[in-house]
Parts: sequence; C-alpha cells; structure tokens
Amino acid sequence: MVMRAAVLIQMWYRKYVARMEMRRRCTWNIFQSIEYAGEQDQIKLYNFLGYLMDHFTPSSSERNLICHIFRENEVCRDAEWERYFCYKNIEIPEVYSGPHLTFPLTASQAAGLVESFKNKQQLHSRYVLQLLLETWKLLRILPNINRVSTCHSKEISICGDLHGQLEDLLLIFYKNGMPSMEKPYVFNGDFVDRGKDSIEILLILFAFLLVYPSDVHLNRGNHEDHIVNLRYGFTKEVLGKYRVHGKRILKLLQKIFSWLPLATVIDHKVLVLHGGISDATDLSLLAKVDRHRYVSALRPPKKKPGSEDQLSMDSDMEDDSWISRVSAGTRRRASLTYMKPFASRNDFQHRSLQDFSRHIIRPLREEPKDRRRQAEFTLSSQDLLQCSSTDPDSCQPGDVNHEEWKQIVDLLWSDPMSQDGCIPNEVRGGGCYWGPDVTEQVLSKNHLQLLIRSHECKQEGYEFCHSRKVRPPASLHICEGSHETPQEDRQSAMGGWRWLELAVLTIFSASNYYEVGSNRGAYITLGPDLIPHLIQYQASSMTRELTLTQRVGWTEHSALKVVREQLFAHRSDLTGAFQEFDKENTGMISLNDWARAVEAVLHLGIPWRVLRSQLVPNAPDGMMNYRSWFRELAIKEPDTEHIHQALLETVYRHRSTLETIFRIVDTDHSGLISLEDFHQTWKLLSAYLKMEISDEAISNLAISIDANRDGCIDINEFMEAFRLVDKSRLETGNLFQRSTATASRQTHLHMTSLHLTNLHVSCLQHSSHVTKRYVTKLSVKSLWLTSTLHLKVIFHSSPHVVLYSMTREESFATASFALMCQLEKEPD
Amino acid sequence: MMSKAVISEIHRRIAEAFNVFDNESSKSVDVREVGTIIRSLGCFPSEAELHEMIAEVEEEEPTGYIRFEKFLPAMTKVLMERKFRPIPKDVLIQAFEVLDQEKKGYLEAEELKKYMTQEGEPFSQDEVEEMLSAALDNKENVIFYKDLVSKMTFEDL
Repeated sequence: MVMRAAVLIQMWYRKYVARMEMRRRCTWNIFQSIEYAGEQDQIKLYNFLGYLMDHFTPSSSERNLICHIFRENEVCRDAEWERYFCYKNIEIPEVYSGPHLTFPLTASQAAGLVESFKNKQQLHSRYVLQLLLETWKLLRILPNINRVSTCHSKEISICGDLHGQLEDLLLIFYKNGMPSMEKPYVFNGDFVDRGKDSIEILLILFAFLLVYPSDVHLNRGNHEDHIVNLRYGFTKEVLGKYRVHGKRILKLLQKIFSWLPLATVIDHKVLVLHGGISDATDLSLLAKVDRHRYVSALRPPKKKPGSEDQLSMDSDMEDDSWISRVSAGTRRRASLTYMKPFASRNDFQHRSLQDFSRHIIRPLREEPKDRRRQAEFTLSSQDLLQCSSTDPDSCQPGDVNHEEWKQIVDLLWSDPMSQDGCIPNEVRGGGCYWGPDVTEQVLSKNHLQLLIRSHECKQEGYEFCHSRKVRPPASLHICEGSHETPQEDRQSAMGGWRWLELAVLTIFSASNYYEVGSNRGAYITLGPDLIPHLIQYQASSMTRELTLTQRVGWTEHSALKVVREQLFAHRSDLTGAFQEFDKENTGMISLNDWARAVEAVLHLGIPWRVLRSQLVPNAPDGMMNYRSWFRELAIKEPDTEHIHQALLETVYRHRSTLETIFRIVDTDHSGLISLEDFHQTWKLLSAYLKMEISDEAISNLAISIDANRDGCIDINEFMEAFRLVDKSRLETGNLFQRSTATASRQTHLHMTSLHLTNLHVSCLQHSSHVTKRYVTKLSVKSLWLTSTLHLKVIFHSSPHVVLYSMTREESFATASFALMCQLEKEPD
Repeated sequence: MMSKAVISEIHRRIAEAFNVFDNESSKSVDVREVGTIIRSLGCFPSEAELHEMIAEVEEEEPTGYIRFEKFLPAMTKVLMERKFRPIPKDVLIQAFEVLDQEKKGYLEAEELKKYMTQEGEPFSQDEVEEMLSAALDNKENVIFYKDLVSKMTFEDL
C-alpha cells in the first residue's frame, strides 16, 4: 500500500521534473540560436559588405561609407603607431577621482585597479592609452603559443569566456586569488562583448599581464575581433564610456587583439585554446604564422594590390562555402533570423547596389542531408579587397595564405560534435565541427592528453566530451561498505570493462550568461598531476535561493519574450498564413493549424507545439482567435502612425543588423548620422535582405525620429524608438531584482549539488540491483571536500550508477573534485 | 481508428520534442534524455515502464543513443493507446494520505524524505532535495501536500 503510494508520487514528481527539463532545454536552445545566429549574421554581413567593396567604383559614395572597416592597418610604421598611442598630451583634470597609474605597473596598482572598478570608477583615457601601449609592446614579443610549466608553482588556474561580466571575474579572484607568481592564470579568450564591463575586464587582464608577464597568459577568442565587436556591444561600450578618445582606443585595441597569442600549452600535455581544432590543425604551423596580420579572423589578409583577383564564379560552383546558409531544421540549432537561405558571397553578380534586391543568379543549393559526409572546407577563396594600404608589420606585404588563415579561424570558432569527422560550422558561420576521431588525431600527434577550450556556454559552467581509450589508472579507489578493496583485486574486478578518458573540456566563466539563473560559471585549477579540478559559481545572490521552478520560469520568460517579438515582427505574413486555414474568415483556427502556419512562416527550429501552451494561453476546445492573439502577445509597439508596416517589421526583425550597419556608416563614431547616410544605410540593408524599400518610406522613417529636423539622426535614439517592449514585464515589474552580490560580501558559496558526468574509479563491484548490462555514466551527486574519495557504489535499475559520499560535510566554502574517466563495458 | 491528420499531428509533436534534445541534428538523442522526452509528451511512466520502453527502442548493440526511426513508432503507439495516463489529482492526494498515517494534513520533511528514498522507485539525493526545496513550507518545515499538488499540477498536453 505504502509502496504503491510512493510509486505514484514518484511518478508524478518525475513527470513534473521532466516537464521542467524540457522547458529549460527549449529555452536554452532559443538563447543559443539567437547567439549563434547573430554571429552568423555578422559574418555574412561582413562578407556582403566586402563583396560590395569589390564592386563599387572607387569614387562612389557608398564605398566611402564602408571601406573604412576594411582599412585595418592605416597607421603604417611603428613610429606612427607610437604617435597614435600618444597619451602625453592628454591632461588629467583635477576633478578626476579615478585610479592613477604609474609605469612600470606594480602588483599593488593592479590590485588597486580591480578595487577601483569594483567601486564603479572609470580609468582615465590617458592611463588607458598608456596601458594599451605597454600591453602592445609586451604582446609583440610573445610567441603564438604560450608554453607554461607547473613545476614552479603548485597549480595553474584557467578561466573561460568572461564577456564583459566583471562580477564573475571579481568572484573568481575572490575565490581563487588574484594572479601572481604563485598563482598563474590562463584566460581563454572572449573577454569582451555582451556584458557591460568589457573594457574594465581588458584593463584588469592587461594590467596583470604587465605585472606578471610569465604568469598571466591570454589566449585570443573569436570576440577579440573588431568586426564582431561592432555587433555585440564592445564598440558601443567603449564609445559610450570614452567619448573623446574612444575611437582611438578602439583602433589600438584592433591592433592589440591581433597580437594576442593563439593558444597555451601546459607541461607539453594540456592544450588550451578558445574555440577548438580541425582535422587540419597543425601546431607547428601555428607556432610560425604572423598572427598579427589576421586583424579580424573573419577574412583572410589582403592580397598584394594588382595581383590576380578576379572573382571566379565557376570555381565556387561546387564547394560548400562555409558561409552558405542552412535551411532551418536540417542543421544543428537552426538560427533565429527570418532570412531565407542565400548563397555565398561569390554568387553575387550584379554590380550596382540597387540591383541586389532583384535576383541572385544561381539557384540555392540543397544542403546535404547526410551530415557525416566529409565536406570540403574551402573558403570563398577570392575574397579580395581593393584597398590600397599595405600591411606594414609584416615582412612580405599582404601575402594571402589561406592555409594559415583557416588554421586560425578553426582555432577561434570551432565546436566539438559527437560524431566522428570534421565539417564546416555553418551555425556560427566560421570554423568547423570536429569529432572524437579528430581529437584523438591531434592529441596523439602532438603528444597531448587534454584539450581545454571555451566558446560555448554550458549550464554547469563546464562540460567534458570526446572519450579516448587509455590504460586503467591506478590512483583512486572506491570502497563498498566500509572496507577497501585491495589493489590486486582491482584488475580482476574490472574484467570486461574498458577505460575511457575524456579528452576535451569546455570551460565557460560567464555565469547567468543568457539570463539570471540560466547557468553557472566555472574555472579550472590544474596541478602538476594535470587533473582538472573544477570550481563552479554563480554571480547573483538571488539565483541560489531560487528553486528549479523559479529558475526555469524566469529564464523561459526571457526566451519567450524574444519568440513573441519575432512572432509580432512577422504579423503580416502570419496573418496571411492563418487566413489560409480560415477560408470562411471566422477569425478562428485550430491549434494544430496555428502550429503549422507559424512553422511555415518563421522557418525557425523552435518546437512550437511544445511551447504552444505558453504562447497561446487562450484556446478553449483547441481553437484560437488569431486576431486577438496578436493583441494578447502583449507587445507594445512604438508610436508608428505614418510608417509602412513592412518597414517596421524589418526593423523589428533585423535590429541587430541594422544597428551594426549604422555603426559602420558612422565613420567618425559620433553616434550621429546624417539623413543622407541614413538613406544609404537603408539601401545597404535592403540590398542585404533583398527587399525593396522606397525612398519615401525611408524618409518617413527618418522624419519620425529626427524631431528637431537638424538633419542628423541619433543612432541610439533611433534604436530605442523602434524597440518592441514586452508589456507583461512592464506591468508586473521586476519579479526578481537583478541584484549583484559583490565578492566581498560573500563568505561562503554553498552549492547543494554538483553533477559530475564522469568519475575516476579503480574498482567496481556489482550489486544485485543491476538489471542493465552496462553502465554508461557515473553520476556523482554530492559534494566532498578532500581529493581522496570514499564512495559507495549503488546501482539503480536505471543505466546510471549513483555514488554517494560516505562522509558528507555540509558547510564547504568551495567544492573541488577530480574528474577523469568514464566507464564503458565491452560489448559481449 | 485515428485519422491520418491526427496521426500526422502526433508525429509532429513527437518530432518536435525529440529535436529539442537532438543537438546535432543527427536524428538521435542520448538515451538518458528519453525519459524526459516521453514524460514531456504527457506520459506518466514508472521507472520500470520507462526502462521497458527504452529496451524496446534501443539498438541491438546499445550505443548510448536512441534513433528517431525507432522512437517514433513506439512513441506514437504509446500516445495513441493513451498508455501511461496522468494521475488524477484526487488519486495523488490519496497517495499522500496513505503516507500521512496520522492524518495530520501535512508531512514532515524527514518523513517524506524517508519514503521517497526508501520506498517504491527511490529518488536520488538530488531528486529528493529538489522536491523538498520546492515543497517545503518555510515557516513550519512541513509539506502541505494538498497545496503542493495544486501548485505542481500542470496542463495536460
């Protein structure tokens, strides 16, 4: 009786948890799609503009608007750079209350800088420029691949993406200590963009780099790239914080980013880099490239002017250019933008801007259905620009070396996949997806045992993948009951089991990346035994107190807001599609028809039926009223009387692209563009989107925002004026205050559970509960403090083996654990 | 006899739920996620029933992945036969009342924990702790199960 009751309750609760997990996954997928779609879009936009550059006549006004982003090495010789960096004539006003720096920097100044930023102060541009100059001088003499050893210090700490989230860096310093000779650090790229304190993070990292050049190591990430920064907020942040010198700071940072090392190797055994690898990755080649010539990883460096540069249409007919767009649903996480697929940059044949919206000559290729096919990863190889400046830093001006370029792009942009092989990464638009066989190949060829990378947000702040066979290790042992299993018994008990080690570790250090409560951050400490210890954290004090339901709910709310905005932004097309199902014009359609219509219009890889109850709350008897549904979406439109509906929807759908183009066109970085340039921006956008927009419609748009009619439009104002606002959030206010806990107020971060996916064990004994023939994963679901594990093995009727610690201590300050092997039984 | 339209709609629902966990568009998901997928489609299998179903859809030589090809027909059958139906609210409350031997109207945290980890198809530490954190009435450290059932009853798909 009791058992039956218990089973019922357990069934019910597990179902509830599963529903939460489904919602959490959907939400996660939505956020990730948005992120990757943005990256893909940015690459495409950049290539599109590059193509335009190739085809504009040199004197055309459009060309002048955009060519400056391709002119990356304007300032030629070192002497000129020094002049450009010159900070000496910048005066510090007396009222300045921020930190003062004197060079050479000392450790206490670096620590002081951290403290100042914690107190929300800003470093004066004079010091910024001076700091950047010193940083540049140092980076220039660093090799492409940092080589680090653990023999001098106890352990080395490795951090993943920070993305401008200063709280997370402060939390890491609080928990782990600031960088020093005894505490070396590797920072694995993506320091900037998305978060609001990117420049502060950079300044802190550079300061510590200058103070401890042998103990602080920076790897370049795909966001250390001025083209990416245009879209993802770093450019905007710098210009906002440094109104007078922002442009110069950005220019210098372009240079500095290109001089960041590409990777770090620890003890010849652990490779740390930002994105990943490919089947072509060649470390000895990478060690020799002139890395600084690749200012933006998005395109190959310039060719010698005057050399062969004709776009060849035929050569690109066969290749799967890595920027070809995928159709939604056939690929990993279809991206969240509306655009229909279009082919590669080299397919554009028309020369004038106006013609773009008319046609694309070549029909779109079908994406290969079989993902396991080894796709030829050729680049749009004739990506050439006609800019006349040469690259002064290198010995041979402007040689194109696609092999080198591909090596670098792969390092910064690739993601792992579970299947073998190596295929282009079409979701992001750069780099590739690489499989376990490639990991094995690269690691064994270079005598490495572990690859640590970042680049992907993970819910727990880290994730292992890619197993490779290793010999059974000897160190840790587990005990069942209270007695230890002697050494000799281990091997025999292990008969039939093979040992796999996980070879790739993703580390992501920006907690709450998508939303408050969305994920933890983590960092690694690595001792001479080269066993990664992982420490997790979450920056907001609120999140620890939230239950699963609340965390899922809050993040989901955010993701759904984005989805609702997309739905609203496609109102005209959706209404048309709904009407197809409602020939009698009753205003009602079935929920099934709703799902089919939305799927057909939006081409997004969103599980509409799973989310349907959230998106269509009022549907008695399975029927919904689609007209009132749009009102109920609770999106507040800006006041938009005289503006054409289609144009409005374009703004809503392509905010980010539009804003990026604005910032490109705003050549003096003033935040203002003239009416004429505003028109040009729209022409560019309409060409990119292959839409037709009349001049009149654009004028109406301009007039509506240029209220004082001075002929200038403020970019920020424009973007704000045309923002869709989620009414529900306005009305209910902030459900959870987004408070940020500063590290100094934290005494203990108590985590209630850690979920390990793998555990190093040396002995297993079956219990009578085993019903499955094999164990696929060991889950450790409790905390322990020491590195010696005393664990009891319990086999469930599930395929999981659950281990409970024998001694549980409740009040840990941190939890750290070793993570190594996964167990897999040999097939019978 | 279900119409083609209904079946095709069922297929779409199953495909959508499956795809949420198919990160690499490989038409397969990790076997450990299958329970979540099945439950999110509105089914209430017990652990034992779940494992039976997994055994049905996995490969001859288990790979750790379940392919959509095999999952779809099995899941369609489950949905069409309305197997693993939801537990009505009153039955659930009765189940709690069985555990609440003294008929207090609530359960102590330790009581519930004991039952959930020792009886039936036991919860792991994580599962029971999460349940408690959501269920516990903070002031009194007990679980008012009638409220809990109301709070956590969700819409049927």
